[in-house]
Amino acid sequence: MTAAIAQNGPAAAKAAGPSASSASSSLAKHRQELGTIAVSLPFFAYTACFLLAPTVIVIVGAFQDRSGAFTLANFNNLFAPNTIAAFITSILVSIASSVIGAVVGGLASYALVIGAKPNGLLRRMVSAISSVLAQFGGVMLAFAFIATIGINGIGTMLIKTLTGYTVNPNWLSSLPGLITIYCYFQIPLMIIIFLPAVDSIRPQWREACESLGGNTFQYWTRVALPILAPRFISAFLLLFASAFSAYATAAALFSQRSILVPLMIQGAMRNEMDANQQGFAQVLAFAMIVVVAIVMLLSHAVEKRAGRWQ
Amino acid sequence: MNETSATTETTAVAGETSAVKPPQLRAARVRKQSIIKFVILFVTLAFLFVPLLAMLIFTLRHPLSGRWSAAPWIAIFTGNGESLGADLTVLWQGLGTSLALSVVTVVLMLLLLVPTMVIVHIRSKALERAIEWVATLPLTIPAIVLVVGLGPIYRWLSADVLNTNPIWLCFAYVILVMPFAFRAIAVGLNSIDVKTLVEASRSLGASWPKVFFRVIIPNLWQSILSASFISIAVVLGEYTVASLLGRMNLQVALYQLGQSNSQISTAMSLLALLFGVVLLVALDLISDAMRKSKEGK
Amino acid sequence: MTAERNIATTPIAASAAAAEDAFKNDPTATLEGVRGKDVTKAAKALLKDSAKRGGGSIQMQDVVKIYPGAHKRALDDFNLDIKPGEMVVLLGGSGCGKSTALRSLAGLEDIQGGRIMVGGQDVTGVPVNKREMAMVFQAYSLFPHMTALENVEFGLEVRGVGKEERRKVAMEQLELVGLADQAKKYTQQMSGGQQQRVALARALAIKPRVLLLDEPLSALDAKVRVQLRDQIRRIQLSTGTTTVFVTHDQEEALAVADRIGVMNKGKIEQIAAPQDLYQRPATEYVATFIGLTNRLPGASNGEEAVVFGQRLPLISGSAKGDSVAVLVRPENLALSLPGQNDSKVGEHARVEVIHFLGSLVRVDTVITSGEFQRWNKGEQLKVTVQLPANELPAGLASGDDVIITPRPVAALAC
Repeated sequence: MTAAIAQNGPAAAKAAGPSASSASSSLAKHRQELGTIAVSLPFFAYTACFLLAPTVIVIVGAFQDRSGAFTLANFNNLFAPNTIAAFITSILVSIASSVIGAVVGGLASYALVIGAKPNGLLRRMVSAISSVLAQFGGVMLAFAFIATIGINGIGTMLIKTLTGYTVNPNWLSSLPGLITIYCYFQIPLMIIIFLPAVDSIRPQWREACESLGGNTFQYWTRVALPILAPRFISAFLLLFASAFSAYATAAALFSQRSILVPLMIQGAMRNEMDANQQGFAQVLAFAMIVVVAIVMLLSHAVEKRAGRWQ
Repeated sequence: MNETSATTETTAVAGETSAVKPPQLRAARVRKQSIIKFVILFVTLAFLFVPLLAMLIFTLRHPLSGRWSAAPWIAIFTGNGESLGADLTVLWQGLGTSLALSVVTVVLMLLLLVPTMVIVHIRSKALERAIEWVATLPLTIPAIVLVVGLGPIYRWLSADVLNTNPIWLCFAYVILVMPFAFRAIAVGLNSIDVKTLVEASRSLGASWPKVFFRVIIPNLWQSILSASFISIAVVLGEYTVASLLGRMNLQVALYQLGQSNSQISTAMSLLALLFGVVLLVALDLISDAMRKSKEGK
Repeated sequence: MTAERNIATTPIAASAAAAEDAFKNDPTATLEGVRGKDVTKAAKALLKDSAKRGGGSIQMQDVVKIYPGAHKRALDDFNLDIKPGEMVVLLGGSGCGKSTALRSLAGLEDIQGGRIMVGGQDVTGVPVNKREMAMVFQAYSLFPHMTALENVEFGLEVRGVGKEERRKVAMEQLELVGLADQAKKYTQQMSGGQQQRVALARALAIKPRVLLLDEPLSALDAKVRVQLRDQIRRIQLSTGTTTVFVTHDQEEALAVADRIGVMNKGKIEQIAAPQDLYQRPATEYVATFIGLTNRLPGASNGEEAVVFGQRLPLISGSAKGDSVAVLVRPENLALSLPGQNDSKVGEHARVEVIHFLGSLVRVDTVITSGEFQRWNKGEQLKVTVQLPANELPAGLASGDDVIITPRPVAALAC
């Protein structure tokens, strides 16, 4: 709170400063502005080439036929049964892994914060490991789970010798298997995102609540959860976006089956010469942008709503 | 009223009460909390560590014969996979490319972000917001989508401008690491009063380059380090862009090797992971040491 | 005010008063009762709608607090006795245990020995949320997702007070602190001073038996601090709520307290009305902590002392001896020029710095004679004199020679 006030101070002074002296030095100011824009030019030029251009290519490509003319025909492929199934699977896996990731990661963040020093060793270790594991997608993650419950996995053998039960070798590529694997990077990701939110819960709130007569249940339902809710929801949405965009792990696990949208894109890119597949990769990519954009807008709306008091 | 504390009145009662120990309500709650805390953390960490442990055992125990041996590790550290019938050339090639890529990506990212962010932070709030929006945009655009659009660009680049050398992946990678790097640097910029620092050093007669290199960079050192480390971690783990653009890097090599010898590629994955942990723990230790030395002053 | 009071007045009030009497007659019996299995139930019955609300007495008896893992006692056989309606300030430097004492009283800390009584009832085993005390914290204690009004309503809400009723009470409290027009604002939109006033209103809304203030002003600007401290005192006097106020700022303490307890090492060194504390400090610690004081060499017989040749009366409890330190306030020293002074008492000193404080002048001097340097462990003996500006000798400047004479006002020798 005080930090915000302190920040407002210089900002206000900054706003008042130039206008007061503008008459005498408008030329100098103009030059300064040009200088600022010149310095930031490389940044904008670069992002235009490698971020904006690819995005435009995707969007334009989704609406182009072979000759480059405008068409909506590419979107017909989007409503093919297997495409719809891939979208449903992608969304299901993303929702399930995000719910589990958000809840478990949220609880873990809480456990890391309560009753521990802000710079305790355990906490620092867990956050460092989490930042690595949150990036631990892709091929390496696939190997980890193949080593655990793949055909020759350690866990598979252990279960077999202990209980005699043979784990289905295809379990990893089933929906629950995929969700479990995705949780592996979702939980650490949640811990990184959500730790600062839990940190912002002040011990004084609990003490104030208690001294005013509130019990533990009232503290959670009336104070802690409502304060955490917006950031929990926006963290959940970010987790959803991260799971929905994930490609590498699934690609490494089952390259031949296009059961997720990113895998379908991969297939479409490989078959670009096929006349029936014209613009299909672009359409799928466009649809992904739309889904992620909706999620981000929702997250923005949640944050804005909480912004009334944050 | 005005005498020293009320000891005399209360000593009589004190005799009786001292025998009874007051109930430790808060301590009981702290105990309950620490049990919950332990259970949550134990379960979470167990879930995170079991696959890592399985990886380690997997590399040491031959899946078919059940024999224990350190052959995959020996193969990696001697650079010779013949004993396991594996050709490691691809792996070294991929590792070399990824290491070179991480260096080039970090340099390019820093050149692109740091001067711009500093100047804009001082001069223009509006431009700063615009840069923030652009820099965090890659979070909204999945890498797999970016690849679809990058395909034609890279086809043109490799045919007409540059070549098919995988080092040119760095252009795409700078975009991929940008949101993380931006945030790391922004944290640093917001924690110091750059404007005052600049004004103070300018008023002492320092030139702009001097201000930048002698005043601002030393104060941003920690966040620059953090941005670099995170970028390295991202680049070393990148698979999507490289594999779909048909370039070789560490992850693509691991995947290819995994088809023939999964033990070696699992061992290499563990090493890459360990490298990531070391990198981030080092960062944590450095920032801790820096904070301590600052507080020490 | 009376209208608000009525909320608490219920038929139970009479029985609560009776229970309280029973407590006074047989403290040990009820002690066992309260410490039995159903601590909360017993406490609930006794504390519910206590007729003493807004005026509970407090006794903290031989309270011992040791933080887990600490060797030293944060509270060391701490004793405190507060009358209903009184405002007591606990004053001390950091780490003296003043906040610990307050938090133990609130129930936010376990104590390892002794007991705490409020309104004659033993509350040692009563959890925080059943103690019917309200606390105002240093800062950041308002709930950020609630408006000022919702914050003030909170205590009533958890007590199950109806919406209409609690809104009415909360608005009255906000009016009391002069923030009725800010009721709909979120707390981050308010200044630090306003936030603390909301916190005060929130605490008062539940009609606590005791109001606890834990350095409520230390995060505020100097000007706001003075305004709010006076407002707190006015409100406290009008509601008659027993109040414990913790601060490290002696000026604040002197301005608001009925009595000030000066704390040191987990104990109260002296508790007395502000004026007594200043004029008749019981220990050297109290004398040096409150106001400025000079440590001057003297000879004492326990009742009188001779300092710089001047005889002065001593406060009871003073030390005896040929070489003692006598603590003399700057305003109890006279300053004169060598030419004007014909008496035989006094000591030569050299003026170092003259500070003009408006109507007053403070003069820092160093005693010229080396005789006292040995007594002062080899350091030069510095003496500060304070006098009305119009009594300052005309033309006095740094480096001038002056004569310092103690006035015959009671002082402490130690």
